Amino acid sequence: MTSATDAPDRGFRLSQLIYDTRYRSLTIQIFVFCIVMAGAAWLVDNTIQNLNQLGKDFNFSFLSNRAGYDIGQQLIPYTNDNTHARAMLVGLINTLWVSILGCAAATVLGVIIGVLRLSKNWLVGRLMTAYVEMFRNIPVLLWILVCIALLTEATPGPNAYKINPATGEAGASMILFDSVAFTNRYTAIPAVQFERSLGAIDTALMPISLNFLALALALIGSIWVNRRLVAGANRVQEATGVRPVTWWKSLLILFVPVLAVFVALGGHLVAPTLKGFNFTGGTNVSNAFVALWAGLTLYTAAFIAEIVRAGILAISKGQTEAAFALGLRPNRTMRLVILPQALRVIVPPLISQYLNLTKNSSLAIAVGYMDLRGTLGGITLNQTGRELEAILLMMLIYLAISLTISGLMNVFNSRVKLKER
Amino acid sequence: MKKSVFFGTLAGAALTAGIAGATTLEDVKARGELNCGVNTGLVGFAAPDANGNWSGFDVALCKAVAAAVLGDATKVKYVPTTGQTRFTALASGEIDMLARNSTWTFSRDTDLKLDFVGVNYYDGQGFMVRKESGVTSAKELDGASVCIQTGTTTELNLADYFKANNMSYQPITIDSNAEGEQQYLAGACDAYTTDASGLAATRAAFADPENHIILPEIISKEPLGPAVRHGDSEWADIVRWTLNALIAAEEYGVTSANIDELAKGTENPEINRLLGVEGDLGAMTGLDKDWAVRAIKAGGNYGEIFAATIGESTPIALARGLNAQWTQGGLLYAPPFR
Repeated sequence: MTSATDAPDRGFRLSQLIYDTRYRSLTIQIFVFCIVMAGAAWLVDNTIQNLNQLGKDFNFSFLSNRAGYDIGQQLIPYTNDNTHARAMLVGLINTLWVSILGCAAATVLGVIIGVLRLSKNWLVGRLMTAYVEMFRNIPVLLWILVCIALLTEATPGPNAYKINPATGEAGASMILFDSVAFTNRYTAIPAVQFERSLGAIDTALMPISLNFLALALALIGSIWVNRRLVAGANRVQEATGVRPVTWWKSLLILFVPVLAVFVALGGHLVAPTLKGFNFTGGTNVSNAFVALWAGLTLYTAAFIAEIVRAGILAISKGQTEAAFALGLRPNRTMRLVILPQALRVIVPPLISQYLNLTKNSSLAIAVGYMDLRGTLGGITLNQTGRELEAILLMMLIYLAISLTISGLMNVFNSRVKLKER
Repeated sequence: MKKSVFFGTLAGAALTAGIAGATTLEDVKARGELNCGVNTGLVGFAAPDANGNWSGFDVALCKAVAAAVLGDATKVKYVPTTGQTRFTALASGEIDMLARNSTWTFSRDTDLKLDFVGVNYYDGQGFMVRKESGVTSAKELDGASVCIQTGTTTELNLADYFKANNMSYQPITIDSNAEGEQQYLAGACDAYTTDASGLAATRAAFADPENHIILPEIISKEPLGPAVRHGDSEWADIVRWTLNALIAAEEYGVTSANIDELAKGTENPEINRLLGVEGDLGAMTGLDKDWAVRAIKAGGNYGEIFAATIGESTPIALARGLNAQWTQGGLLYAPPFR
């Protein structure tokens, strides 16, 4: 007879789910998952029951109905005969437009302020500190409202530009050779027009003018040639230590082809003229857009400045001293040594700021800029009464925009981050 | 596949959801207060004074309903709603009735699941411009910037009108009448458009009403009336017949001054039925005999309310026009109390 030395294998017991560390975490996870799903199911069920009680259904067919309303600011062609889906697209493009311009301007402004805040000049440093503290500690909505108030209160109405027959003078005059007029509704600026047209490609989204396409192609070609030129100069510098003079060649390459295409197509600027109630002929940049853009930019730039400052301070002082020892001047040290290294610290929090700016752009409603919130979540929602559908769709779209920005920035981040091999 | 599952769930829920809650009438009685959705501030129709007391043409209807149902015209909680929030507030149960110059349209009555119970003001959309602009007709507004309240029928009428007349315009969307007033006065728009009554009320609140004119064109039909939630017919009946009682009272010459006298009994059986002297019409709607007496006493009959809030002796100075009794060439026509 032999006695068993191993613990008897009694198979799996239910109590192991709680007392056995091998299973416990799994048990807890499944339990929590069930609770969350039950909560979600309850919410959905509750919604369906309430909708039922009100006799409402849940469908998105309203998107293909005629919208019937007009939109003040539109980057793609739209009339009130288009569908609600098209109106939504107009709003979406307005959202993207102000977000992209806002992110770009906030980055430039933020980097400048962040760098200047570290300046050795006492006054400059303190001024930038004041800027940062002022803008990041007051809600962005107020800044947007301040911007719109300044724009509407400080500028005359379009009819002030009319010549008064009694005095023979106008109440206000245009600037820059009678080409730009600031009014309390918009800023009228000249528009580009071509005498000869190459036609247009009609895409579903918008007709694309071949003239602008030609200009863009010329520009891209010039940039490519210029990069070849600079690369060639770099090679010469590395081989001989002397850098050939390239600046005038760069200028020629960058500007001459584009100008040539522009002139060949008969391009010219058309100044806006006051006709009836409003300026026509040029482009009217609405104050709502400018106020929203400026408010978002000024506010977000304060945060970006702090991120940039943190990134620069994260680089050890030895790097600066080494660069100085090599004879680099302060601004080249910053541009060539410090900022490239600081980027890996800067980019991840910068992503959040871009996302914030994009989401904050929904404050457009405060100034009457027709973004996604204004069209889909505003007028369409009201006119069709489809609250649930419109809000859900809007949430999905904002989610998609944010995830896209986040994804793109992560790709950029993986390119600039410190390569450890 | 997902879709069919979803609609299956929907149908299933529809079968099981026999949870008809308390009726609106029971809710209001239990609460002892009527939640009435009104405009955020439109002088003459619904606006709070310096002490926070609401008054106006629409407010008077809230008071009449509260008096009929609760016996006290002051038991009203006024919920200010914008063009955007009004129907959601009603659908969600935040308010029991909406008396906020809202246009009765097909899709609102059907698709939005509201019930418009009548018309308390026959209106039409108009335009207001500054006198100095020299505009005398809406047809001259080509290229103008127009301020427009979002979420309203006027927004759609405006688009249709300019399209039909082959004119262009720049819409400036605003959220409330107060914002529209401010934008218009700041010169952000050349014209302000809303219901003609709203324009008159807005202009009356200006510092210089004489410098603004309302253009003669009326571009739409805007029957404004109180609305309730779809599906509670008992409550809809109460609001509908309270409004009708006010209109009928004017037709029969019942005023807040003589109502106590008339409520003792008259030669006219119609008045007797209305005031509960004869028969018991109140019981048919779940109220008591004197409901109409209290409703009329709250602010007077339709004509008295009109004269006191928006009539020609007030700064708003609206003529009765379409809103006169049918006997006087208007459209007001209360069905018989029988």
